Amino acid sequence: MIPAAVIGVGQTKYDSKRRDVSMPGLIREAIDRALIQAGVDWDDIDAVILGKAPDMFEGVMMPELFLADSIGAYNKPLLRVHTAGSVGGSTAIMAATHITSGQYKCVLTVSFEKQSESNATWALSPKYPYTPHINAGAGGYFAPYMREYIRRSGAPEHIGWQVAVKDRQNANLNPLAHLQIPGIDLEMVKSTPMLWEPLRYLESCPSSDGACALIIAAKDIAKGKNAAWIKGMSVRSEGTLSAGRDEVNPLAGQMCAKDVYAQAGIDNPLKEIDCAEIYVPFSWYEPMWLENLGFADKNKGWEFTDQGRTELSGDIPFNMSGGVLSSNPIGASGMIRFGEAALQVMGEAGEHQVDNAKVAMGHAYGGAAQFFAMWVVGKEI
Amino acid sequence: MNNSSEKDYFESLISLEYTHTAGSATTRFLEAVAEGKIVGQKCPKCSAVYVPPRGSCPRDGVPTSEEVTLTDRGCVESFTVVHIPIPGNPIEPPFVSAMIRLDGANISFLHLIQEIPVEEIRIGMRVEAVWKPQEEWTTSLENIKWFKPTGEPDIKPESLIFKPK
Ligand SMILES: [Zn+2]
Repeated sequence: MIPAAVIGVGQTKYDSKRRDVSMPGLIREAIDRALIQAGVDWDDIDAVILGKAPDMFEGVMMPELFLADSIGAYNKPLLRVHTAGSVGGSTAIMAATHITSGQYKCVLTVSFEKQSESNATWALSPKYPYTPHINAGAGGYFAPYMREYIRRSGAPEHIGWQVAVKDRQNANLNPLAHLQIPGIDLEMVKSTPMLWEPLRYLESCPSSDGACALIIAAKDIAKGKNAAWIKGMSVRSEGTLSAGRDEVNPLAGQMCAKDVYAQAGIDNPLKEIDCAEIYVPFSWYEPMWLENLGFADKNKGWEFTDQGRTELSGDIPFNMSGGVLSSNPIGASGMIRFGEAALQVMGEAGEHQVDNAKVAMGHAYGGAAQFFAMWVVGKEI
Repeated sequence: MNNSSEKDYFESLISLEYTHTAGSATTRFLEAVAEGKIVGQKCPKCSAVYVPPRGSCPRDGVPTSEEVTLTDRGCVESFTVVHIPIPGNPIEPPFVSAMIRLDGANISFLHLIQEIPVEEIRIGMRVEAVWKPQEEWTTSLENIKWFKPTGEPDIKPESLIFKPK
């Protein structure tokens, strides 16, 4: 694999309604910041790779068509990627493969969602004759798997509240995070309304507007710059309606992580990865993914959360930026995880920086938990 | 930022009408449901039984040509109690959305559970379909109004783990 590195990460301010900017304006806000950090200009960009979640989220069909000029794709290759909620992660990987294959020297990748312009829950709930029109939203779809995790592991109910508090405490250190909840604590989380049992309001992600952009470059451009080198990256999927599928601990997630660790030469992720930005849109996914990704033994992930091991000061901090629980522009949420992992090893994460982070993981999942995208980045080439 | 009292956007309402071609397997399933029966399909390689059938086994990538008739009884694989109203949803919250695993099937589908206090529902509970009056049946799984408890002893959740043949 030809070495590739992230040399620029640009993020917008995440908010419930960014009516101060149009869709192209929102995306440009992230791109301009990424270009400035990378110290490159439009002439250096060989290709543009765009990602976003389903078009029905904003009601704009094929937005890459009207966005082409504003995202600098004029007379350049432009590709659009879609893998539902994991799209931000898989888009970053599709962009990086253009460098690792030797095809290009420097690519811009950007992903976004402007959720305020329509209703994602409605968009996700068409009526089909072979299933009743229950229409319970993403939380309604995933909640039964969280209940099954709780049954298998015997985890106490306060674990979900702890994740909700920890991620929002981290968000208070990240000025770009959508949710800023000073004084967030367990009492506040458990006093919020139940949405989809076992999930309460503050155990669920918000609906956000935002964009994230990355500049990914080959060695001759990245050398001498502050860079996050890609040590391993992988995507996997599994059959949504397949017999034997285990949505609590999906095989595709395990395989994807195993592939990334093998590329990165990681035998023990818990010891060798310093921190991780993992896609946790609902509180219980933190312990579930701790196990799925091999940080914790089966049914023991919740003990990590309970012992504070995933806090900023813990031995495996999860979601230092506040995570999806604090900002969720769906199409961008995976790329934010990948970009925040890069910022950690670049030492550019600001107040939510993990001291001396040398190796970090970015992770995304999407659809009915059947799409996975992950990478591990390092300070050293 | 703009003054929030100013209207600086326009609303564009989109209405979409679809014609969905169900395919042979799902068409067969819907035709059977219209007669109050539930049919699935079995994989010739791993013996997995799919209901509703999609015509192929994702594990093996082969057609599931053998039809299997199932009962309308099964168990709760997992569930949630939905408390929030969602636009366009005809069902009033709170309601129970459950993954129903019919006897003999190797995947579950989502349906409603009623005729039991919510706090008594549990993983592994035995349930059976409550059908709408026959004159209301169409080619839709909504011919089943909801599932209700049978009163039989719960099953062990581990017994639902699929073992390919
Ligand atoms: Zn099969």
